[in-house]
Amino acid sequence: MTTTATTRRAPRTALPGPARLGLERTGAELRAFFRERDAVIFIFTYPLIMLAIFATVFDGQDQGIDGYGVPFAQYFLPGMVATGVMLTSFQSLAISIAVERDDGSLKRLRSTPLPAAAYFYGKVGLVLLTSVVQTGLLLVLAATVYDVPMPWEMSDGGARLATFAWVFVLGCASGAVCGVAFSSLPRSGKSATAVVTPVVLVLQFISGVFFAFFALPTWMQTVASVFPLKWMAQGMRSVFLPEQAAVLEPAGSWQHGATAAVLVAWLVVGLIVGARTFRWRRRDDG
Amino acid sequence: MTTTRPPTRRTSARTTARTTPDGPAVEVRGLRKRYGTKQAVDGIDLRVERGEIFAVLGPNGAGKTTTVEILEGFRRRDEGEVRVLGEDPQTAGRAWRARIGVVLQDSRDQAELTVAELVRHFATFYADPRDPDEVIDAVGLREKARTRTRQLSGGQRRRLDVALGIVGRPELLFLDEPTTGFDPQARRAFWALVRSLREDGTTILLTTHYLDEAAHLADRAAVVRAGQVVALDAPDLLGGPAARRPVVRWLEDGAWRSERTDSPTALVARVASRLGRPDGEVPGLEVARPSLEDVYLELIGDPAALPADGPADPVPPTRAPAEAPGTPDGTSAVVAEEARP
Repeated sequence: MTTTATTRRAPRTALPGPARLGLERTGAELRAFFRERDAVIFIFTYPLIMLAIFATVFDGQDQGIDGYGVPFAQYFLPGMVATGVMLTSFQSLAISIAVERDDGSLKRLRSTPLPAAAYFYGKVGLVLLTSVVQTGLLLVLAATVYDVPMPWEMSDGGARLATFAWVFVLGCASGAVCGVAFSSLPRSGKSATAVVTPVVLVLQFISGVFFAFFALPTWMQTVASVFPLKWMAQGMRSVFLPEQAAVLEPAGSWQHGATAAVLVAWLVVGLIVGARTFRWRRRDDG
Repeated sequence: MTTTRPPTRRTSARTTARTTPDGPAVEVRGLRKRYGTKQAVDGIDLRVERGEIFAVLGPNGAGKTTTVEILEGFRRRDEGEVRVLGEDPQTAGRAWRARIGVVLQDSRDQAELTVAELVRHFATFYADPRDPDEVIDAVGLREKARTRTRQLSGGQRRRLDVALGIVGRPELLFLDEPTTGFDPQARRAFWALVRSLREDGTTILLTTHYLDEAAHLADRAAVVRAGQVVALDAPDLLGGPAARRPVVRWLEDGAWRSERTDSPTALVARVASRLGRPDGEVPGLEVARPSLEDVYLELIGDPAALPADGPADPVPPTRAPAEAPGTPDGTSAVVAEEARP
């Protein structure tokens, strides 16, 4: 270490700011994420595989009631986009933070001058980039293989893209903060997947992802309305389905106001609960 | 082992230290911490001077890690005053964390990144970090720089931990049981690394349950037992002169006798004249000074340790240090031998 003495610079500058460190963290997060191949396959390609399976099996069929229907792949795609966002935000963070808490990553970061905000900026960067890539892949698959019309090809394409943007961003944000909050629930890193996955699966079944939402029992629709996935899927349907498909919604309209309200509510609740329950150390670590 | 060091060493360590506020690196008074019914830390006082290697020595569960984690700012104390680099770890902020380096006890995190990526990444957290490549060289991981963390051996992993702990150029480095599970060779290499850090002006607070580690590295050591400091001194002075009084053993009337005394020569002469054998010999005579390990085991209350005073139970005169208990891998016994005055 004596050699390092020669490179020592006398004047100390200020510690780097949270924004710059957030970028550094994003880089490290992305590198680690894409190297963990099992997680990449599970979180990243799962919606692609589901879309491929469902769209192939139900090829040529329509989803609809009372004589009105849309092609299966077109109805299925918005649910898969919403699911993808939930996987890359909620599931990915709930599991990865639980694992990082368990294996000591968080404790190690806490012992450095890294600000807490920079750690979360890194997570946000990871969620945004993986969600964008995943949604992009889904759209490419749907447009090229299953001939699903894309919103920008429709007459009101501008408005549809605007809707897509806010549903996507709000969905990512509420999913991410809920993931941070939920990460305190699993007792260990090993149990994290087992605790998080059933929650995600149940929400997918009751929120109109695998089954058409209008075909579900009313009580199930009511339960699903409490959670954000139903609203994200509905918001995405308003982007990808024709305007008249609103008749397939139980409310008979796209309910953009309610969608925004529910997603913002979960964002706020997730922020409060996450900020109060977040721990840098394991529960059994003093 | 302090005696074997060049006399200028302490001085050079101090002069290379950065310009920092005066006062000790660590000051602890009356520290207490309780978990449920267990009083893990029960009134500890410590003072670590700048530029020294200070060891907190004790068996598992003695309160070492709890104490150190309070100093690192991870745990809240119940009672007592704590100053680390002049600040209270419970309220200290980023600027303070930039001045300390922490090597935690067990680490299995960040498995997917390579050694070089991690050291470079952690360097970005600091205002004035060491050069990451120099740090990787210093911990001897140049060959492994492009290896992912999960593929490192235990010893390499620990050296990476140290690299991440020192890349921010800390004034004070905490090492919590850094060599647990090392083979003897890796341990020696690690000790050399720690000593080189001190040469560079870093104050080091080290916890260990290996006596030889404290003996090799530390300027001073505190022996902790049941949450209290039971001895504090240079490792080869621990326990004070009384604990080092020689023990004279001999065979008399078919039974082993032993006695502790400050004047073993006089005692032997008395025994020899009392026995009055024609050849003047005392059968089975042995004069032994308690080894550092004997002293340590006595301090931490190991039942196998020698009693403090009075005649001991019959002990075979051939009792070798290697037979002493409490040396899981046998290495401390070897060093205890070296550490004898």
